[in-house]
Amino acid sequence: MSAHDTAEPTRRDFLYIATGMAGAVGAASLAWPFIDQMRPDASTLAAASVEVDISSVTEGMSLTVKWRGKPIFIRNRTPKEVDDAKNTALSALKDPIARNANLASDAPATDIDRSAGAGKEKWLIMVGICTHLGCIPLGESGEYGGWFCPCHGSTYDTAGRIRSGPAPENMAIPPYQFVSDTHIKIG
Amino acid sequence: MSGGHSTYTPSTGLGKWIDARLPLPRLVYDSFIAYPVPRNLNYAYTFGGILAIMLVSQILTGVVLAMHYAAATGLAFDSVEKIMRDVNSGWLLRYMHANGASMFFMAVYAHIFRGLYYGSYKAPRELLWILGVIIYLLMMATAFMGYVLPWGQMSFWGATVITGFFTAFPIIGDPIQQLLLGGFSVDNPTLNRFFSLHYLLPFMIAGVVVLHVWALHVTGQTNPTGIEVKSKTDTLPFTPYATVKDAFGMILFFILFAYFVFYMPNYLGHPDNYIPANSLKTPAHIVPEWYFLPFYAMLRAITFNIGPIDSKLGGVLVMFGSIAVLFLVPWLDTSKVRSAVYRPWYKLFFWLFVVNAIFLGWLGSRPAEGSYVHMAQFATLYYYAFFLVIMPVLGLIETPKRLPNSITEAVLAKSKNGGLMAGVTAAPETKG
Ligand code: HEM
Ligand code: FES
Repeated sequence: MSAHDTAEPTRRDFLYIATGMAGAVGAASLAWPFIDQMRPDASTLAAASVEVDISSVTEGMSLTVKWRGKPIFIRNRTPKEVDDAKNTALSALKDPIARNANLASDAPATDIDRSAGAGKEKWLIMVGICTHLGCIPLGESGEYGGWFCPCHGSTYDTAGRIRSGPAPENMAIPPYQFVSDTHIKIG
Repeated sequence: MSGGHSTYTPSTGLGKWIDARLPLPRLVYDSFIAYPVPRNLNYAYTFGGILAIMLVSQILTGVVLAMHYAAATGLAFDSVEKIMRDVNSGWLLRYMHANGASMFFMAVYAHIFRGLYYGSYKAPRELLWILGVIIYLLMMATAFMGYVLPWGQMSFWGATVITGFFTAFPIIGDPIQQLLLGGFSVDNPTLNRFFSLHYLLPFMIAGVVVLHVWALHVTGQTNPTGIEVKSKTDTLPFTPYATVKDAFGMILFFILFAYFVFYMPNYLGHPDNYIPANSLKTPAHIVPEWYFLPFYAMLRAITFNIGPIDSKLGGVLVMFGSIAVLFLVPWLDTSKVRSAVYRPWYKLFFWLFVVNAIFLGWLGSRPAEGSYVHMAQFATLYYYAFFLVIMPVLGLIETPKRLPNSITEAVLAKSKNGGLMAGVTAAPETKG
């Protein structure tokens, strides 16, 4: 495009390229805030942790609390439920990983690693969201006596592990800790 | 626009003045009055006009609904109930809008099936077809977000399940879902952005419709014979012939529309959507609107892992793929003959496809258990086989029937046999 037909880039070529580059970078950086505003905002992120009194949850009872807009199932399991889960071989599981945010990411999905740990095995605390497409499973139902998701028929056992249906993973265990024997802090 | 040169001649002084400055009347005249259409178009060809009028209807009723609607989780459900009970004529406008969406989809399905039957997607109309598929995608996005607005149980759980599709993708899935929701679950930010987009997308549809009609007027319409227009006797001017036929089709369509609005306004909806959204309780049986059911059935049909792809991702890919495959149709069909009228085998497989699609829709409304799952797997297989196997292979091996030499010949032959169309002459516009 130079006035003289030389192979050498001219000043004008340089200006074209420089202007084009500035335009592209400018457009991209201007686009960013338009995308960025879609992400969860500060108030959503701020609702980080909740404390729950579980003293009223007696054996065989469940409590559902909300954390980050999601339901958290807190279940005081019966000895039978614990035993059923313990007696299930890992090889029978669709997802052999604990999915427990309080443990290493490759911890196996044994009952102890799904529960609140040694001494507190009766407690199962998990995000009550089906890992398929996000419905809330119904408790104490389904083939394995755990949870049944009405949306597309996934069943979970008494440790919240996926046993059949389209869901790929065990229900997630959120980060939590016992602040006392009767209080837990989620998040 | 296509039929060669413009025949518009402004007669008044004002007409000439405008034509020299902004020839909009010329564009309208050439596109909707003098525009030549094949003389043998049947009622399957009236759905394009019906779709245009339905888009206008949705925008008009939508804009007035937005005057009374409140896009906040605490207010949305009640504001819709207020539209139903307190706002003057509000019930009518809302029923027109909600049933209008269904009518819009009925028309678009008829329009798409018309295209598949008469081979409308074949060269040189590939872009025209692709623009159509884009419109269809935008319609689905719009209707999905609209259904979230009344903030009932189905609104909430439908939104949860559909945005959950994205979590099927490894690594990028969760961030994408959070970007769509504006949080970790469906909540106020979700409702707000869906309202904004539900308002915007119909206008984007209108923009793509302009491109669609532009592309149409470059290539001209197909017709039931699939033979291109060859001479002037093959066509008629758009007005009055196509205008009147389209108008008649629209009136019949509106009668059906009115029947739904006045006699069974909630028939196509789900009663659970009259229960306010509850984020802690999933309804026993989540189903999308009827127009998404076939795709929902395909999503749920994949209950097994395919190699490294788990069943969840597999279902989502199969569902998205069932629409994506439509983009490829112009290149999947290898037949030299355009219209199914002259393709006996294709005709058979086409009608099987229609039946199969309706069957998939029915399966989508059933719970995903037992034999329903197997039937859905079988029907999904046929859906894909139709596009990926039957279309390419049949075009190569099928012997088509003899084609007439021209549209005029086909029309005259028909009137000779049937007698019904007696009086059809080589130049019907001079019939008097
Ligand atoms: C492509 C065109 C459109 C389609 C397919 C469509 C579809 C829908 C659907 C399915 C609903 C849910 C109806 C219900 O069950 O209550 C809805 C609601 C709504 N739409 Fe649209 N819509 C369209 C255009 C528009 C436009 C342009 C506006 C303008 C702002 C709009 C505003 C609304 C409002 C305010 C609601 C909530 C009130 C209600 O639920 O009745 N829509 N839309
Ligand atoms: S969301 Fe639970 S099975 Fe689909």
